[in-house]
Amino acid sequence: MSDFVLLATTGLALGALYFLAASGLSLIYGLMGVLNFAHGAFMMVGAYAGWLTMTDLPPSLSVGVRLLVAAVVAVALGAAVGVVVEVVLIRPLYRHHIQQVLVTVGLSLASVAAAQGIWGADPRPVEKPDWMSGTTSLLGARLPTDRFVYVVAALAVLAGLLALLRLTRLGLIIRAGVENRTMVQALGIDVQRTFTIVFAIGGAAAALAGILYAQYAGSVSPAQGGSLLIFAFIVVVIGGMGSIVGTAVAAVAVGLVQQLANYYAASGVGDLSVVLLLALVLLLRPTSLKGATA
Amino acid sequence: MTSPETSPETSARPVDGGHTAVLTPVLTLDDVHVRYGGSHVLQGVTFEVPATGVTALLGRNGVGKTTTLKAVLGLAPRTGSIAVRGNPIETQATTRIVRDGIGYVPEDREVFAGLTVDENLRLVDPERGIEAPIVRDLFPDLIARRAQRAGTLSGGQQQMVSLARVLLRDNTVLLIDEPTKGLAPKLVTEVADVLAEVARMTPILLVEQNLALVRRIADTVVVLDAGRVVHRGRADALVADAELTRGLLGVSMRREGAA
Repeated sequence: MSDFVLLATTGLALGALYFLAASGLSLIYGLMGVLNFAHGAFMMVGAYAGWLTMTDLPPSLSVGVRLLVAAVVAVALGAAVGVVVEVVLIRPLYRHHIQQVLVTVGLSLASVAAAQGIWGADPRPVEKPDWMSGTTSLLGARLPTDRFVYVVAALAVLAGLLALLRLTRLGLIIRAGVENRTMVQALGIDVQRTFTIVFAIGGAAAALAGILYAQYAGSVSPAQGGSLLIFAFIVVVIGGMGSIVGTAVAAVAVGLVQQLANYYAASGVGDLSVVLLLALVLLLRPTSLKGATA
Repeated sequence: MTSPETSPETSARPVDGGHTAVLTPVLTLDDVHVRYGGSHVLQGVTFEVPATGVTALLGRNGVGKTTTLKAVLGLAPRTGSIAVRGNPIETQATTRIVRDGIGYVPEDREVFAGLTVDENLRLVDPERGIEAPIVRDLFPDLIARRAQRAGTLSGGQQQMVSLARVLLRDNTVLLIDEPTKGLAPKLVTEVADVLAEVARMTPILLVEQNLALVRRIADTVVVLDAGRVVHRGRADALVADAELTRGLLGVSMRREGAA
């Protein structure tokens, strides 16, 4: 029982990180039809910005305070990078999907290479606050406390995104645009500005995923963003492109399946199970590829 | 081509009985071409939409009627000159064109199915939405359905949402694409009533297959064939001439439903 609780909690925590990585990806694809392969670079920006900020802040500050400041810096930088990528790379290639894929794949490869060149390919250890390194007892299991931090962060982002989508004018335009962006323009609404804002939101959430994943892994490395991106893509496809609730459900499912299969079947089966889950969803519900409502 | 241009001068003639001076056309297309990949859909379309009344854009399926509306809106890649009240718009983006006063009601309504009726309207008018006076005056049935998702409405109700949505803004001219397509005869009449009412205030360029409706509300007609204008003239004259109607459109009045 305690094994299961531990695995389920870790699965949920991974699901939370996948959700953070995938939410922006899903909105960007749903609204703009852009498959943003540079999303891994946004995560890397978050992870490295967080690591550098934590290292550069005076050691007299507690690790927790430094992590908090680092998270703010990472999220702000992630949003800024999202805006720059949209304005400089995506906007000129609007409607040219192949070129968009090429340029975002290129950016992703270049950013990994740049990070390797500057900081090396080896993982760099990241400090973790003591209270996050400890454990919490629940249902007879001793659970690493950091898992709860990821889940709470993801729930906060989910609540924020849902409030944005359902309660604000920007959210109304995003929901309409996910359904039919041409018609939004044909009603005289500037959807271009919305694209930029969605990229900023996606960049910020991905950067948060990046800094939290570095906490989970205990280190930053150039390849982290890419490995998280693969699962984020799977989550987006299962959840339905453009659907935030669908993305959240799919992220939890992928995290749980991965953890439980790895333990109860054999190590490595988890990743395979996720791909099987993807195949199953595509067979049974091929419309999820086309997306739903935001 | 089925017929030469029978009366190109008629489009500039006022259509309200002649006591008004000749009005500047509200919309002018001059030698407009649209190419999609290898196909040349519009091949030099030239016509004017008078500043009053309904101008019906007619033609068989696939002759470029919808593409003409999309070309005006910048939703199709176009060359040539397009002007609203003499101001060129052919280089502007769709959002700008619509904000400058061209309202568009697309074929197949294109309401946002996952949004409520009120949300569909608030996209255009964030302040008033369903509470706008025009909704109360022209679409009272929508008020009770304000919280219903537009995707669950009937075709006729969706058409009303699509029309109401565009009327929330002040328009210089309206482009309306087959508003009665797929609707039951009673709903066709309702839509026709609304269009007739709207046309008292705003000129309309209307794509429509229903000749009875054209006869009832249109003043001027422009007929397209194979991407070119092949006839311009008064609506009543075209509809009254069975021979000409059959020649241009391949249909006669008897086969059309009521309006």
